[in-house]
Amino acid sequence: MDSYNAPESTPSASSRPEDYFIGATPLQKRLESVRKQSSFIPTPPRRKIPQCSQLQEDVDPQKVAFLLHKQWTLYSLTPLYKFSYSNLKEYSRHLNAFIVAEKQKGLAVEVGEDFNIKVIFSTLLGMKGTQRDPEAFLVQILSKSQLPSENREDKVLWTGWFCCIFGDSLLETVSEDFTCLPLFLANGAESNTAIIGTWFQKTFDCYFSPLAINAFNLSWMAAMWTACKMDHYVATTEFLWSVPCSPQSLDISFAIHPEDAKALWDSVHKTPGEVTQEEVDLFMDCLYSHFHRHFKIHLSATRLVRVSTSVASAHTDGKIKILCHKYLIGVLAYLTELAIFQIE
Amino acid sequence: MSPQKRVKNVQAQKRTSQGSSSFQTTLSAWKVKQDPSNSKNISKHGQNNPVGDYEHADDQAEEDALQMAVGYFEKGPIKASQNKDKTLEKHLKTVENVAWKNGLASEEIDILLNIALSGKFGNAVNTRILKCMIPATVISEDSVVKAVSWLCVGKCSGSTKILFYRWLVAMFDFIDRKEQINLLYGFFFASLQDDALCPYVCHLLYLLTKKENVKPFRVRKLLDLQAKIGMQPHLQALLSLYKFFAPALISVSLPVRKKIYFKNSENLWKTALLAVKQRNRGPSPEPLKLMLGPANVRPLKRKWNSLSVIPVLNSSSYTKECGKKEMSLSDCLNRSGSFPLEQLQSFPQLLQNIHCLELPSQMGSVLNNSLLLHYINCVRDEPVLLRFYYWLSQTLQEECIWYKVNNYEHGKEFPNFLDTIIRAECFLQEGFYSCEAFLYKSLPLWDGLCCRSQFLQLVSWIPFSSFSEVKPLLFDRLAQLFFTSTIYFKCSVLQSLKELLQNWLLWLSMDIHMKPVTNSPLETTLGGSMNSVSKLIHYVGWLSTTAMRLESNSTFLLHFILDFYEKVCDIYINYNLPLVVLFPPGIFYSALLSLDASILNQLCFIMHRYRKNLTAAKKNELVQKTKSEFNFSSKTYQEFNHYLTSMVGCLWTSKPFGKGIYIDPEILEKTGVAEYKNSLNVVHHPSFLSYAVSFLLQESPEERTVNVSSIRGKKWSWYLDYLFSQGLQGLKLFIRSSVHHSSVPRAEGINCNNQY
Repeated sequence: MDSYNAPESTPSASSRPEDYFIGATPLQKRLESVRKQSSFIPTPPRRKIPQCSQLQEDVDPQKVAFLLHKQWTLYSLTPLYKFSYSNLKEYSRHLNAFIVAEKQKGLAVEVGEDFNIKVIFSTLLGMKGTQRDPEAFLVQILSKSQLPSENREDKVLWTGWFCCIFGDSLLETVSEDFTCLPLFLANGAESNTAIIGTWFQKTFDCYFSPLAINAFNLSWMAAMWTACKMDHYVATTEFLWSVPCSPQSLDISFAIHPEDAKALWDSVHKTPGEVTQEEVDLFMDCLYSHFHRHFKIHLSATRLVRVSTSVASAHTDGKIKILCHKYLIGVLAYLTELAIFQIE
Repeated sequence: MSPQKRVKNVQAQKRTSQGSSSFQTTLSAWKVKQDPSNSKNISKHGQNNPVGDYEHADDQAEEDALQMAVGYFEKGPIKASQNKDKTLEKHLKTVENVAWKNGLASEEIDILLNIALSGKFGNAVNTRILKCMIPATVISEDSVVKAVSWLCVGKCSGSTKILFYRWLVAMFDFIDRKEQINLLYGFFFASLQDDALCPYVCHLLYLLTKKENVKPFRVRKLLDLQAKIGMQPHLQALLSLYKFFAPALISVSLPVRKKIYFKNSENLWKTALLAVKQRNRGPSPEPLKLMLGPANVRPLKRKWNSLSVIPVLNSSSYTKECGKKEMSLSDCLNRSGSFPLEQLQSFPQLLQNIHCLELPSQMGSVLNNSLLLHYINCVRDEPVLLRFYYWLSQTLQEECIWYKVNNYEHGKEFPNFLDTIIRAECFLQEGFYSCEAFLYKSLPLWDGLCCRSQFLQLVSWIPFSSFSEVKPLLFDRLAQLFFTSTIYFKCSVLQSLKELLQNWLLWLSMDIHMKPVTNSPLETTLGGSMNSVSKLIHYVGWLSTTAMRLESNSTFLLHFILDFYEKVCDIYINYNLPLVVLFPPGIFYSALLSLDASILNQLCFIMHRYRKNLTAAKKNELVQKTKSEFNFSSKTYQEFNHYLTSMVGCLWTSKPFGKGIYIDPEILEKTGVAEYKNSLNVVHHPSFLSYAVSFLLQESPEERTVNVSSIRGKKWSWYLDYLFSQGLQGLKLFIRSSVHHSSVPRAEGINCNNQY
């Protein structure tokens, strides 16, 4: 096929392509970044290895503990329009009434009435990467205990939280009318997530999309989390591959002792403090060849669907469980990056 | 602001199916009432009915009888009269007949309504009178107010009251004004306490309620009522309307199955309503699109946004008055200052209120509302555009079928959604950035089949931008599909590129004239813009040349290519933009040597237009020396003249392969064609040969053998006339403009710096 060479244009033009976007509006800037994203490999070729606790000091350890060891379903979320941290109380009342009305179709309820469920909005102070990141917040649905006893704890029905860790690239492109919390994590019945998501979409003109994690990003997670320094390991490092075949797909699980995994990582790792694309590829290739030597199966031809380490475990469906308090921010930073990529 | 607009509930749509299509039953719609002035001048019934002369006497008699009847009722029952029942019956019959036939004038209704509710007569009579309160055209608001005042006196029975409310609901659309009635809102609201009246009052309130009627204390009353009587459909409907106006006060979600919220109040008057509507027919108001939408009654399926992709239009009352049960003073002021979306229904309204428009809570809903699309189009408010951008980008991404591996049986939803977007883009004559971003992301995954027509239409609406930037993201990827797909795909791509070119040209030609006024989103120089367009044209030229080779010079494909160049050749004149780009030789010669006369004709037309454009450009250059930046290089003129010489050499002077296309005479000899010089002129050219034969057969039908070489001299010009008469207009224009009619025909090139 011919190579295409644009002939010299007929009118003598004086401007270069850069001249097109001198007075670009934020929308144009968005488009620009989409163009950049679409034209190159989407992820930067190198990332920092998560450092020891980057949590701010004022963070409530009880709340952090609450977020760990739970399975969260991930969503990306476009910026919230006219969201205000000073109105959290009002939001609870509205969302509460909304949920009650949705659950009892046809029965009108007054906003602010006392219901058998309770909605609590609260901020997760300090849960941020930089000072520019907006404050993370938590939404909880509690069912009120019927027992009069003052010791009775309300039962948590559903939990969801919104956060933004190192979201600079997104923050730059929106005005102050918007609050950027691109990562949303939910735990609880999906019907509840749907009701609550609908309320947020209606109220703040935002958009939730399920955030899946592809095999490429799972490999990155595997490498970055293996690279983390741990005092003691709480779980084996495990990979799950899926072979699409009928009638039922075949899953291949590959568990490694975390210290062996770390040793393998240390052998491929060169740049201190950073993880590069080559290192990730090399790390995975080593695993593949090891597996092939023993089982004569080319794992590279299958699909990586789950990665579990002592830091966290992630499933391609967009499910995550964070185990290690120390690297919470590091894990969330990468998830925020993926969420931002999805909404760009 | 018009007070006569009402919101109707979509849930009650069932009623429509009952045959009556009165305004009220066009539920889910806001609507405008008949202009009362239309009917003010009709004081007597029947006058607006065109009647023959011989019917006129009848009418007159009828009218007199009615006057008497009305007079009779007005006086009240005459106690001593012997045949009182008979008289009463006679007058009642008269009124009923006239009412059901032609309707009653508003004055007559005024009087009779008064009588029916004042309790002068017995219950049976009142009922009969009420049942025939059918307006000729309209009912005056005053009559209704007066009638309502009788309800307070307590002279009429419960059943009469019910009938009155049913009548009021049924005739609601024919009441000329509603302001005074709305002032009685509190009275009606209080009547909810009456169990028997409650369903009808609910319906009336449903029709009457405006945003300002929704107050916290009323919300609480309604909720108390709900607690007392349970989930009654009529109450649910009213509550959902309250929620629509004040989501900060009340929350309700209607069950999906439920469709009928009010029992048909009109069934008593079904035929009469139709008749009134017919009489009122005139500039009938458009039923509007806004609704208490399906979003409110949406089932929660697995997918959140399953029922409708596009959100329903709701004003942003949530965020505005969030949580404030008692409205603050500033809220009140703000509210009076802003124009509620629910009332927006005409372009002039949009213009008058554009500065204080309440925006929808979900910006995506504008896609279904043409007025708000106008707003989106001209507003420079960044948050508005950003909200729309995010919504559309995410929705496209979420809905896109080929993103989902196992989800090809998605049905029509995605194509329909794309169609809606394309309709909006066509309406605005402008592309959306979200769509462009979507194309970048989704093109590498596209199979070229799925939603092809929609996808390519989106391509044609890419907003104008730098070609070099878009090329690697879009055109190079599209080219891969282009070269590996069928000829039909190639043609579709060329077609959409033609539309893209046209959209860019339109945009640029507008932009040049607008520039001093608006702040163009792209701060480009004209030169830069022209450069971008010219690159696009060259790119399509390259695609076309290669495609012609791949498809072995398909005539079908060539048509689409020439269609593209029909746009290209006229840029200077049609769009007033300083650009002339010629076609590449691969296209020109393929067309010139085509076996299809229509191709050659199209080529002639394009050459003719190129000539016009270049001549015009030349003329302008001579007149104004200032715009020197856009002087076309002499190369363009040379190229054109070269093509022209070839064409005239082939078609006209029978001297091919000399000046234009040069082929070594030795090679030509080797072909063995004896008279190659003639073989491409208008007579012998393969695509014209059949015309030449038909022409000769027409001249002398009995001839057994035809000799096409005999067409020369005078016959040559007859033959030309014959060709022109066969619809070859392009050829005609070309020959008229480019061939010198002298003894020695020669090509008429464009003088370019004395080089020709």
